[in-house]
Amino acid sequence: MAECVRLNSSTSSHTMDKSITLPPDEIFRNLENAKRFAIDIGGSLTKLAYYSTVQHKVAKVRSFDHSAKEAAGDRLYEISVQEEVTARLHFIKFENAYIETCLDFIKDHLVNTDTKVIKATGGGAHKFKELIERKLGLKVDKEDEMTCLIKGCNFVLRNIPREAFVYAKHADSEFRFQTTQPDIFPYLLVNIGSGVSIVKVESEDKFERIGGSSIGGGTFWGLGALLTKTKRFDELLQLASKGQHTSVDMLVKDIYGGSYGSLGLTGDLIASSFGKSATADKEFSKEDMAKSLLHMISNDIGQLACLYAKLHNLSRVYFGGFFIRGHPVTMHTITYSINFFTKARPPKNKRTPSMSMTATLNYRINTTKKNPTNVHNPNQYSWGENYAGSSGLMSVSPDMNPMQRARSGTFDMLEMDRLERQLVNLPLLQDPSSYIPDTMDLTEDALAREYWLYCFEEALDGVVKRAVASQPDMPQAVERAEKFRQKYRHKLQTLRHQPFAYGSLTVRSLLDTREHCLNEFNFPDPYSKIKQKENDIALKYYQKAMKSLEELTWEERQFALVRGVLAGNVFDWGAKAVSDVLESDPEFGFEEAKRQLEERPWLVDSYDQWLERLKGPPHKCALFFVDNSGVDIILGVIPFVRELLSRGTEVVLASNSGPALNDVTNGELQILTERIAAMDPVIQAGLREDRLTLVQSGSSSPCLDLSRLDKVLAMVVRERQTDLVIIEGMGRAIHTNYYAMLSCESLKMAVIKNSWLADRLGGKLFSVVFKYEVPAGKPSQNSAALTPS
Amino acid sequence: MTSVSACVLSAAFPWFGMDIGGTLVKLVYFEPKDITAEEEQEEVENLKSIRRYLTSNTAYGKTGIRDVHLELKDLTMCGRTGNLHFIRFPTHDLPAFLQMGRNKHFSSLHTTLCATGGGAYKFESDFRTMADLQLHKLDELDCLIRGVVHINSVVSGGLSECYYFENPTDPDRCVQRPYTLENPYPLLLVNIGSGVNFLAVYSESEYKRVSGTSLGGGTFLGLCCLLTGCSTFEEALEMASRGESARVDKLVRDIYGGDYERFGLPGWAVASSFGNMMFKEKRESVSKEDLARATLVTITNNIGSITKLCALNENIERVVFVGNFLRVNTLSMKQLAYAMDYWSKGQLKALFLQHEGYFGAVGALLGLLHPAAS
Repeated sequence: MAECVRLNSSTSSHTMDKSITLPPDEIFRNLENAKRFAIDIGGSLTKLAYYSTVQHKVAKVRSFDHSAKEAAGDRLYEISVQEEVTARLHFIKFENAYIETCLDFIKDHLVNTDTKVIKATGGGAHKFKELIERKLGLKVDKEDEMTCLIKGCNFVLRNIPREAFVYAKHADSEFRFQTTQPDIFPYLLVNIGSGVSIVKVESEDKFERIGGSSIGGGTFWGLGALLTKTKRFDELLQLASKGQHTSVDMLVKDIYGGSYGSLGLTGDLIASSFGKSATADKEFSKEDMAKSLLHMISNDIGQLACLYAKLHNLSRVYFGGFFIRGHPVTMHTITYSINFFTKARPPKNKRTPSMSMTATLNYRINTTKKNPTNVHNPNQYSWGENYAGSSGLMSVSPDMNPMQRARSGTFDMLEMDRLERQLVNLPLLQDPSSYIPDTMDLTEDALAREYWLYCFEEALDGVVKRAVASQPDMPQAVERAEKFRQKYRHKLQTLRHQPFAYGSLTVRSLLDTREHCLNEFNFPDPYSKIKQKENDIALKYYQKAMKSLEELTWEERQFALVRGVLAGNVFDWGAKAVSDVLESDPEFGFEEAKRQLEERPWLVDSYDQWLERLKGPPHKCALFFVDNSGVDIILGVIPFVRELLSRGTEVVLASNSGPALNDVTNGELQILTERIAAMDPVIQAGLREDRLTLVQSGSSSPCLDLSRLDKVLAMVVRERQTDLVIIEGMGRAIHTNYYAMLSCESLKMAVIKNSWLADRLGGKLFSVVFKYEVPAGKPSQNSAALTPS
Repeated sequence: MTSVSACVLSAAFPWFGMDIGGTLVKLVYFEPKDITAEEEQEEVENLKSIRRYLTSNTAYGKTGIRDVHLELKDLTMCGRTGNLHFIRFPTHDLPAFLQMGRNKHFSSLHTTLCATGGGAYKFESDFRTMADLQLHKLDELDCLIRGVVHINSVVSGGLSECYYFENPTDPDRCVQRPYTLENPYPLLLVNIGSGVNFLAVYSESEYKRVSGTSLGGGTFLGLCCLLTGCSTFEEALEMASRGESARVDKLVRDIYGGDYERFGLPGWAVASSFGNMMFKEKRESVSKEDLARATLVTITNNIGSITKLCALNENIERVVFVGNFLRVNTLSMKQLAYAMDYWSKGQLKALFLQHEGYFGAVGALLGLLHPAAS
């Protein structure tokens, strides 16, 4: 009973001094539609997760009944906006001090919940059980902490591509994010809470706590509070970031005067933590002591992790838990310590596993330590992070941005949307485990980062204008667009200070964030009307374009088809240079685009090899990732596809599942191909004989992640024995996948519509990339020296 | 254990071995008892005065101490018989020591002073400039192993050098017992000084450093000084002996109400060292003694954990703990014995040596007498 009294007293001291007003729009979003709750109460932080349904607008296209005599004017199809309900997971992390306020807030806003229980885990679950039950009227159902931790960890490692990262202090970018790996097991999870638990995870359900240590976050906090009279955890971390541990620690050079050469120990190594404070007559600064303490604990954890990894022959180690919290000094020290202890060990006896240790630190696992049993087996679905609702990795050096730092100590958020489909690797990736979609990592490349952030900020006015114009009759379009502007601008500003806030910063993540923000304010498809108009116009030219192609010789036609795809790709609202021209001169035509194209030799030019290849036997099946609506798809891509079909190659057209910029969506493409089929017997036959297939990519991004594609697409690709992958456009073939290695032939085609990027690649505006690749070890088939057909 | 290499018969007296660590200087001095009349005649006055000074006192200056209880009597080294004395003083008083050497004209004896430990490198020039002494520097881990091997081979009979704790997991029946260290290899040698070294020893001459930690004796004393205002190791240990760490640490039972059975964690195990100190009212309710005890337990447990992992990784079942952290520190020794036994389910045996902190200095002395081995 004494235990109880003590716990209660500490509870009250925790809840007394905090009274905050919660901004509901920002923190407990969509609470009124929350269905189920899970809570993890640790020694210092509460992590709340809930599952909600989100109603949001989606743009749909529907073909008009054209037998009914052009009732809707000249329009090709009808656009409508519909309501759709999807599932979303919300994760919020806050200090235990706010728990009562938060529970009150939840109670006041909870209307639709159908649950009677709240799943709870963590050491604090029993401590706050009574409070939760009283406040929410929900029964607390306790779950085993370790099981929850492992399930949560597996879940995020699978579904957040850049969840895990390696921290390298002295590299250009501090954070190096790991891509998701299809096979995440086995790994060692080092969970640093008040103490440290070391868990070996072998599969989804099989894990074992193989060890631990009592020297953990609680030690830092407790001992730190005693030494520095500083009460709060975050303040201690701040102190530490300003301190010099060398005034408190005894270094190797303090003992040796320099390094200990024969053992390879450098002079700066700590020989004895706090070794210099063993004196009564000297004062030490709080900062220095906090820093020394942080070093001591981080090093110790790193060393134990190494020893356990070695003992169990594991090469992947993930660090999670509140002690990390994205704090650079902690991460640096642990990483350093891991590197040190793995390197310092001389190569030796038979029992030593070959260790390629990756100190992979995990920044949001503690936020997402939830109980997935709560959401109807989440592993059946794929989930994607919603950048609009997530607050990102905030903790950086406090000097850099003190305001953000303070906020992160209060509420951190993560939202994940359930995707309608399961996402898998493209079966044709040469090495899925090393595939990285993005060509340029803006977290590493400061110049590029500066340019792109500027570029996206510059383009923001145009996007807002377009969004408003897309909904002339909808209520509050102007207000919503303004909110969108604020939100996205804020994200850009955050990224300026903290490029790694959402994992690696890439052009793709910037584009995706913009799409998420637009959706957030109910602009599901700002380009719908423009796409509609452009599709209409392009269709009118289709037959004429086909006729002129047919008049060419075989060799002339192959070149014209490639130029057609490239010229079509110039039509793109996503690129700043082009949207300027398109806005000012709507007559900018296909022929004009062709004239703009760079003359051969192109910036990247393997056209000769491609032509040689075409003289050989036809491909079995080509997978074509298409880009824009209008001229691009209708006058560029379809004629190219038609030629492939004529050669006897089956074609799979992969288009976006949902809208992004003016990219053609799967829904639109279905209507377009039907209309073209009505005019063109080759396309018609292709569709009828199932040699031309339309699939959705599973994506709603202007870029392309070949490791997250619709499962159906992967199945079709496999069934048809696809032996050629064509990727078109800047977003899919330059910003992403430029270096992607495929196990079959591939063709990447794009026009550089950005002068900065062109400059960087050594070309100029409208330079052409035509990259035809044959995987090493597979001799290109034209080596058989066949005669032209 | 045997010592093999040949003696240098010409090694002139005085015979010293010195280990200059981060915190303490350890000095061993061989006092010949078989001095012939002829030698007595020839012995210069300086040498006599040094011998008399060292052997007739047990304390030198304010901080130098001779551990009389460790003295090895009637020891034969290189054909000479005598007593081996063990002396220590804080490293920060090294200047006073050098001053004394200067005053006693130590340099006039033309002896070689063999020294090991980091200080042999750091203070080499001070020895030269302040006392006109040339140091012969030796590697500290080589010296440590040589010292351990040698002392174990020469100490026999009555007082056993090596000992262990019987019934380590039962505080009431836990007693110190002598242990015969025959066929000792492989063994894990854990030297706990200011920091800690973990050495896997396969034979007298074959060993490797497998790990090390900065959380050692220096950390214990450093943190205790900051937390309690004490200033000496003895003071810190004395406080620790009167304290209660469970008031400072968060135990498994504080979180789970009892054992965390699923993972075999007993309720008494420490979940978070100093974990209770996150709370203001608990910080106010603990005593300095509690804090000293918690510091001792934290450091000792951590050394125990790393020891266990190193032993498992190296496939070694015997662990020998040495170093001055263990001096008059039965609390830590019993805790290490307990930890080894409990977490290895009786597989690992924790052994201790009487001359815990002096092996490096003994090794340095052997370096003087058997230079071939160094």
